[in-house]
Amino acid sequence: MTNLTIGKAINAGLRAAMEHDPKVLVMGEDVGKLGGVFRVTDGLYKDFGADRVIDTPLAESGIVGTAIGMALRGYRPVVEIQFDGFFFPAANQTFTQLAKMRRRSAGKLSVPIVMRIPYGGGIGAVEHHSESPESYFLHTAGLRVISVANAVDAYWMIQQAVRSDDPVIFLEPKRRYYEKSEVDTEATIAEAAPMGAARIARPGTDVTLLAYGPMIKTALQAAEADTEHSIEVIDLRSLSPVDYPTVFESVKRTGRLVVAHEATLTGGPGAEIAARVTEACFYHLESPVIRVAAFDTPYPQSRLEEYYLPDLDRVLDGVDRAFAY
Amino acid sequence: MSDTTAHEEPELIQLLTPEGELTGHPGYPLEITADEIRDLYRDLVLVRRVDSEAVSLQRQGELGLWASLLGQEAAQIGSGRALREHDMAFPSYREHAVAWCRGIEPKELLGMFRGVTNGGWDPHEQGFHLYTIVIGSQALHATGYAMGVQRDGAVGEDGTAVITYFGDGATSQGDTNEAFNFASVNNAPVVFFCQNNQWAISEPLERQARVPIYKRAAGFGFPGVRVDGNDVLAVLAVTRAALDNAREGNGPTLVEAFTYRMGAHTTNDDPTRYRDAAELDEWKAKDPILRVRRYLENNGLADEEFFASVDAEADALGERVRTECRALPDPEPLDIFHEVYAEPNVHIDQQRAEFAEYLASFEAEGAR
Repeated sequence: MTNLTIGKAINAGLRAAMEHDPKVLVMGEDVGKLGGVFRVTDGLYKDFGADRVIDTPLAESGIVGTAIGMALRGYRPVVEIQFDGFFFPAANQTFTQLAKMRRRSAGKLSVPIVMRIPYGGGIGAVEHHSESPESYFLHTAGLRVISVANAVDAYWMIQQAVRSDDPVIFLEPKRRYYEKSEVDTEATIAEAAPMGAARIARPGTDVTLLAYGPMIKTALQAAEADTEHSIEVIDLRSLSPVDYPTVFESVKRTGRLVVAHEATLTGGPGAEIAARVTEACFYHLESPVIRVAAFDTPYPQSRLEEYYLPDLDRVLDGVDRAFAY
Repeated sequence: MSDTTAHEEPELIQLLTPEGELTGHPGYPLEITADEIRDLYRDLVLVRRVDSEAVSLQRQGELGLWASLLGQEAAQIGSGRALREHDMAFPSYREHAVAWCRGIEPKELLGMFRGVTNGGWDPHEQGFHLYTIVIGSQALHATGYAMGVQRDGAVGEDGTAVITYFGDGATSQGDTNEAFNFASVNNAPVVFFCQNNQWAISEPLERQARVPIYKRAAGFGFPGVRVDGNDVLAVLAVTRAALDNAREGNGPTLVEAFTYRMGAHTTNDDPTRYRDAAELDEWKAKDPILRVRRYLENNGLADEEFFASVDAEADALGERVRTECRALPDPEPLDIFHEVYAEPNVHIDQQRAEFAEYLASFEAEGAR
């Protein structure tokens, strides 16, 4: 067992992926000697060289577009987008090219790219450094979307993402980069939980609290704090596709569902999950599905983010609303 | 503000004049046999026929759309024939003659414009990527592919070169300029082949750029050259040199093929709304096929029998294109769900199953 932060676990996972397959490349802004602004690629440049750890020009569309070209040549690029808000210049390449390449070629072309994006708020940053853009990816056919909440998942899921033949958007909860857990790096990837599976992070009986990424810690704290209700916390892990059987099974047991995320409310992941759960679990629901999300506003100045981000109290308020019916 | 660069008359590399005189060019010596020139003539005539048949098929309702290459045959045949088998091309959506050079059957191109496929060929096998419609996007794919070629150690003598095609309008796109820059800093083995056909739908070149396109390259740190895009020999020589430069490890080149879109942007377009007929007449005099014919005739390198045989071959090809186009089968409805993901996807699987059941319910009722 090794005690690793989420950031170090992704780093170790990337290293394992690069050792396993010489076609795996890392590319992005400042990923070389600096090791990335969050040091997630620390040491890789030194050990794998400039041909496999590529400091690119400062142009996100160029990074994703050339990664597509390298994938077409047989490589497996892991692209780092420095911050969530800087993904948008690469939106065209991601949505019109990357996501569609397999289907438009009837499976003759494969673009196994992992796009790592540190996302979410809570670090007191300036504009464009605290966004939660997951809904854009979920709405795009052809992309897989995952988010990790602990170092164990960070270590294994980055490796699973690299081995996937589909493009994977790998969302890293930046305010949780320094959260630690024990990781069994001696285990094999075959023993790890599948990338697409949700996980019951804390069992409970009265209400299901569904979250992912940075909100898992908040959700677990809420479950701990609520002495009235037994809260079951589900870590979604895969946002696309969603492991609905696990979600439905839980909701049918508890009869209530609260979905919490940092993404804005309208059209957020919670909206789709609420619709699906209502269809599949209608006769088991004791209350409507409750969403606890960011407001439908631009991300505010950092001095206001503690009001904007769903925190422990807002999550508990959501749980209380579920019991008002 | 000074605009001298815009009005400067840049050198145009030309080997064969519109009158059919082979002048050659000291910078681009071309060793070519009469047989090879006759083959190029044949290519030019045949691809023009495929194109005109496709326009007719669209008018007859057999195709949803067609983007005509009329006038750009020499730019495409010249560059397409400069490619080696293991080279890789990343086209835009009008490169029907390059596709021809890469051995792609016309019906595969028609399939896309008919709405049967999004491009049915195997890009790896043909060395020709699928058409890319979002302007400029493919320039980055070509550059990345070329960066992969470098990592494969496939640069050097008989190395692999990559070429990407785009138009004058695409030079305004960020992706095209990012591709120039990524290729330059990585010294990637890629040739940027711009067919400057003077028009981006209705917008003339002066709405896109204030300097000649080939001069952009200098700012990115690699050579740029303007070639007479209606001169198949010049395009062949210039592209071959650029490809060899790339494959040998000397980095990218921007080739501006100065040509003219003699037809509409696509079959949905109406150029009479925005350009003068006189301009078209001027370019008709520079027709890419006519000058090769004149050269062959004037030098006694081809007789009437040869020209008649090419025309007959074109007629047969036209017939084949019409027949094959009409015979293209519609895809099955469940093809919608095919290859969206490499790995099993529960959402797609569920929707496919539900839709299949829904479709089957009509059959059960005998409604279909």
